[in-house]
Amino acid sequence: MLEYFFRRVVTLFFTLVFASIIIFVSLEIIPGDPASYMLGINAQEDTVIALKKELGLDKPKFERYLIWVKGMLIGDFGVSYTYRSPVIEMVGERLWVSLPLAIYALLLSTIIALPVGIFAAANRGKILDFSIMGFTQIGIAIPNFWFAMLLVYLFAIILRWFSAGGFAGWEDGIILGLKSLTLPAIALALPQASILARVMRSSLIDILSEDFMKTARAKGLSFKKALISHGIRNALIPVLTIIGLQFSFLMAGAIIIENVFFLPGLGRLIFQSIAQRDIIVVESVIMLLVFSVVLVTFIVDIAYVIVDPRLRSSIL
Amino acid sequence: MKFFKNIFFVLLVIPIVFSVNAFASKTDLTVGLQLEPPHLDPTGAAAGAIDQVLYSNVFEGLTRFASDGSIIPGLAKSWDVSSDGTTYTFHLHKGVKYHDGSDMDANDVKFSLDRARAEDTTNAQKALFAGITDVNVIDSHKVQVVLDKPNGNFLFNLAWGDAVIVSEDSIENIKQNPVGTGAFVFDNWVQGDRIELKKNNSYWGAPAKLEKATFKFISDPSAAFAAMMAEDVDVFKSFPAPENLVQFEADSRFKVLIGSNEGETILSTNNKMEPFNNLKVRKALAHAIDRKAIIDGAMFGYGTPIGTHFAPHHPAYVDLTGQSQYDPELSKKLLSEAGFPDGFTTTLKLPPPAYARKGGEIIASQLRDVGINVEISNLEWAQWLEEVFRGKDYGLTIVSHTEPFDIGIYARPEYYFQYDSKEFQKVIEDLTAETNPVQRTSLMKNAQKIIADDYVNGYLFQRAQLSVVNSKVIGMWKNSPTQATDLTAVYWDN
Repeated sequence: MLEYFFRRVVTLFFTLVFASIIIFVSLEIIPGDPASYMLGINAQEDTVIALKKELGLDKPKFERYLIWVKGMLIGDFGVSYTYRSPVIEMVGERLWVSLPLAIYALLLSTIIALPVGIFAAANRGKILDFSIMGFTQIGIAIPNFWFAMLLVYLFAIILRWFSAGGFAGWEDGIILGLKSLTLPAIALALPQASILARVMRSSLIDILSEDFMKTARAKGLSFKKALISHGIRNALIPVLTIIGLQFSFLMAGAIIIENVFFLPGLGRLIFQSIAQRDIIVVESVIMLLVFSVVLVTFIVDIAYVIVDPRLRSSIL
Repeated sequence: MKFFKNIFFVLLVIPIVFSVNAFASKTDLTVGLQLEPPHLDPTGAAAGAIDQVLYSNVFEGLTRFASDGSIIPGLAKSWDVSSDGTTYTFHLHKGVKYHDGSDMDANDVKFSLDRARAEDTTNAQKALFAGITDVNVIDSHKVQVVLDKPNGNFLFNLAWGDAVIVSEDSIENIKQNPVGTGAFVFDNWVQGDRIELKKNNSYWGAPAKLEKATFKFISDPSAAFAAMMAEDVDVFKSFPAPENLVQFEADSRFKVLIGSNEGETILSTNNKMEPFNNLKVRKALAHAIDRKAIIDGAMFGYGTPIGTHFAPHHPAYVDLTGQSQYDPELSKKLLSEAGFPDGFTTTLKLPPPAYARKGGEIIASQLRDVGINVEISNLEWAQWLEEVFRGKDYGLTIVSHTEPFDIGIYARPEYYFQYDSKEFQKVIEDLTAETNPVQRTSLMKNAQKIIADDYVNGYLFQRAQLSVVNSKVIGMWKNSPTQATDLTAVYWDN
């Protein structure tokens, strides 16, 4: 067991080292540097060199890589070239927008999708089922940034219920913050909800033809009761797997949505930093994301072994 | 009975009180901008976004731009120039305080100018200060600036955002927490979202009429449209979607300000590269371009054709568009005379703004009509700076040169279009040294003619300054002589 744990730690370590090299090299080879970007087209060459020196960009690449990695080992993710603030603080601030947005969208899509999927499955083959499936088809097909623009047009420009974008912040109360995330969350949730509803429907239809469902009916349970107490519970298993996967999609989809609604989230930070060649920000943010994914996988791997004794015997 | 009378009276008054409140003038303004400043030090980066938020609102220089582009006194209330034109003595306003409460005096001026011209400065416009040999503090409110030779642009140079007066005490944190002398105080910056300024109650000059100003950063053109339509923002400076302006013009809630700015948009040409090192080829290029089609197609009609690198609203402007009018037949003839009867192939590298990307497609098709085959590649700004601007690896590109009065770049042979004319360099040298306005005008005209005669670049159009403003907002500048959003005189009309 201890040996397995040790092996996983070594794998984790090498994965991170490998990722850091790939990230650093790929960002180094794209053309452009932050100093020229900042100084524009009237700057003299010596000024660009002076600024590069100030930013520490005059050092050799290998040395810069070591400084970056060394810093990360002690939790220092560097200082943004353009904003001149610590990357970790910037990420922290942006997460207060991106994370609630992703969770909000996930909740919305789940709340909408599950009843709709169940309803469609229960009415399989009827007009209702067909129309729900038709709508979900549209939901998947519509690009979410375009749907976002339609939402803004209706709710912000015509009805004036919401503002067209921007983030009110959490300082003035949760309600205001949630309100400014509502339209973006709906835009993000629609395609996910459509996928989820379809998964829910087909999973439930499969379950409905299982033997244990027939047994339940034969015992005298009404269709409704059997559906609720036996069908849905079993059908939820694949749905939960999809919900887990969707979370990372939502974080990625947020990059576009954050630009449409001009939200100060993580996606917009990466987007801006790439344009400004604020490489240290891009590198560190990607590294943080890699780290969180690798760490979760590591914990899951260990948890499997602890929870399931069969796995334990197979690896030892 | 009296009781009911009283109640009646109270009921009558309540709505009046409320309505008075409702009509009390609004004192906060939200301004939409497309780009967010990278940091808040106008003396440490070229980013126009820094000036757009801070120039003349938070930071001030010795001189400043008025809305018509003329130079007026700023922190210096007056100045004397020595008879040989090399020594300027500035008399500073008394009682000017920084936002942290400290006094602004002659030492700050010396500190700011010395910092900007230092060897290792990171000032993006170091050239503005190149002629300064000495800055001497005479007394607390008198400063003497010595130049190596007379400089007719000197007062103009001092009005740039890169020349604002900063304090040594607050310089360390200027990038995050700017402390200036202006009518607005920096209050808060939510990165990625907004910057908030508030009124400076102890301002030395005429106080601002607004209590609060918020700059909101909205990069996406359709989001900018939505934010304006939903009245989330009251003003959008340099509105990025000219195709939507008609809708704002038709809506009584808004007004559209169409003014001039300093953006000469040109088809920059690599003058050292084959075949553009041949004057005939460059001339052929100029005659192949239909400016009107580009302005209509790329800018929805907003823009003024130019025939040289100079702003048409400048008093010394010469209209030289006739010398490069659209004439594809002449262009083809010139190409065959230059030895390219079947045309040639070249690159057109385009930076991200819509004027370049849309304009580039139109120009490419116009050039194809005369036989020049153009390979378009779209670049990000950082890539463009690396490949085109610094690497000079390009045939053609389209850029708007937004710095005010920047014809002097043609006197720099190492500049990215690599134009090297001794005659032109002499004119600019004379112009810089000349202080007599009449002589200066004639030299400026001469300079414009030389680069037009040499067809250095394809001169396309002067961009229009397009702003959308809530119709109740008064005092926004229509023109943009520098990249600033001067809010010091802006207020709400009731």
